[in-house]
Amino acid sequence: MSSGGCDRPDCSCSGSVVILLIIYFGVISSAGRSVFFEHADLQNLSVIAAPIMIIAYGEVLLLICGEIDLSVGFIYVFAPYVMHFFVDYYGIPGPLGIILAILVVGGGVGWINGFLTVTLGLPSFIATLGTGFVLSGMTLSMAHGEQAPIPPLLLGLGKWLGSGSNFSQIVWAVILLGVFHMLLRHTRWGLHTIAVGGNLLGAREAGVNSARIKYGNFMLTGMLGAFTGIQIAFQTNVIDTFAGGAAYQPMFYAVAAAVIGGTAMLGGSGTMVGAFFGAAVLAILEGGFEVIGISAFPLQIYFGAAILIAMIANVQLTRLRGEGRVR
Amino acid sequence: MTVPARQSQPAGASQGGDVLRVEHVAKSFGAVTALRDVNLRLGPGEVLGLLGDNGAGKSTLMKILCGFQPPDAGAILINGREVHLRSVDHARSLGIDTVYQDLALINQLSVYHNMFLNREKVRWPLLANRTMRRLAREYLDEMGVNIPSVDTDVAALSGGQRQAIAVARAVYSNAKILLLDEPLAAMGAKEAAIILDQVRDLKRKGDVSVIIIAHNYGQALEICDRINLLQHGMITFDKPAKDTSVAELNDIVIAEYRRALEDRQRPGANGR
Repeated sequence: MSSGGCDRPDCSCSGSVVILLIIYFGVISSAGRSVFFEHADLQNLSVIAAPIMIIAYGEVLLLICGEIDLSVGFIYVFAPYVMHFFVDYYGIPGPLGIILAILVVGGGVGWINGFLTVTLGLPSFIATLGTGFVLSGMTLSMAHGEQAPIPPLLLGLGKWLGSGSNFSQIVWAVILLGVFHMLLRHTRWGLHTIAVGGNLLGAREAGVNSARIKYGNFMLTGMLGAFTGIQIAFQTNVIDTFAGGAAYQPMFYAVAAAVIGGTAMLGGSGTMVGAFFGAAVLAILEGGFEVIGISAFPLQIYFGAAILIAMIANVQLTRLRGEGRVR
Repeated sequence: MTVPARQSQPAGASQGGDVLRVEHVAKSFGAVTALRDVNLRLGPGEVLGLLGDNGAGKSTLMKILCGFQPPDAGAILINGREVHLRSVDHARSLGIDTVYQDLALINQLSVYHNMFLNREKVRWPLLANRTMRRLAREYLDEMGVNIPSVDTDVAALSGGQRQAIAVARAVYSNAKILLLDEPLAAMGAKEAAIILDQVRDLKRKGDVSVIIIAHNYGQALEICDRINLLQHGMITFDKPAKDTSVAELNDIVIAEYRRALEDRQRPGANGR
């Protein structure tokens, strides 16, 4: 077998995606109507999928270089409040307020995560859990546990960020897919990210600055989280605290999307396209099950089972492919 | 022990013109002294064989010379000027390139990405993959390395092929000083010949100086101009390759083993 093509481990995403689609259409046909192709359903799916996708791009970078960010969901909740404070209380002009909130909250928390993980040597699983809790508490105390309105000055900007139509967020997700795919596959940054996760010592011996790569990827992930949070605020037309705990959801979905999409938890391999489809599959499951009227209580049983089936398929397909490779 | 003020001439030095000089370099890891007092020189175009027992400090010396870790004491001079190697990148910028014992290859990346790792050809902001692929192909063909495709992931290659890629990466980096840490370790005779050939080629061209760490005295004598022996963190032996033999080197090492054995058998040793 010669060139790159599909003999790479990261192509394992395709198998699980196919299996999930089979499950999905199985459920749909049993419900006796096509959920997939109706306009309202597509809107619903894209609204669910887009935030997962965008956050997943960051998690893919982090997982590939051997780290994870559990705080990104809390960044997502925190950033819109900071935007609200910047614009309404500090008089920072609209677009600048948004950009500053993304840079300061996303980049700042990402930097702190990098500092804890790279410089102080904590496992990122724990470090980011800690920063996540801190952020959650900060959000609730800053907001006094209450929702806030979108700053009136910014209302005109909403249509650029996701409130324009129910498809505008998915447009962002697709644009960012292109950007992050290029970043991972066609720049030094991406190459070094893979190198650091694939063989940390080897990469450092080759002169790759592993600390810079990890700091950078934490910051990118944080900024994607902040961006998504602000998008959601515009889309729902309110800044919500999500009562703290619900902030886990986008993060867990994003990590699940990355892994279903073939990103290795142990680092070294993964794709943006895989994460995109992973997120789409999660959204189809969640949206699809809701639409065909599976009761809300057992919903997560199906959801969890589908993720497990996808992962089992993933692992087994990779193994079979490995055995099939002649050499 | 008082180290004498920096001598201008380490033991057996030739007059000036050395590409690399190591003077009184020492390195410890906690209680373990890896290098006690290393003096070493490397002439222009010279191939120096660095031999020594396991744990004699060969790899530690390499890691200091390539900028991966700093020495505790001593000086490194390149072309007569003292340098403080801050990082692998810094050492590279001064013309020192290395093939590590562990090869420093990334399994998940293709052959050509590995060959250009951290020295990528870039058409900003993107990688110039086509250029790298073409060059990698050229280099490997020139070396006579048989690898079906430069797009293959390194994980799928044999030990010898991997080693050849690591060597090619260093050889084609335009280095002035090349450090090869056990370059023949994982190789069969046929693959070793490729590397030996490559070193001979460099020698013919004469503008690259090489330090080779080796276990196999025969191979070392075959390609090196001069042999240094590292024992207990010091260079204890320095002779041109033509003035020594496998037998002589063996005798030195056997003598060392005998001493170690006698030490163990002395009453009172090991708490007996």
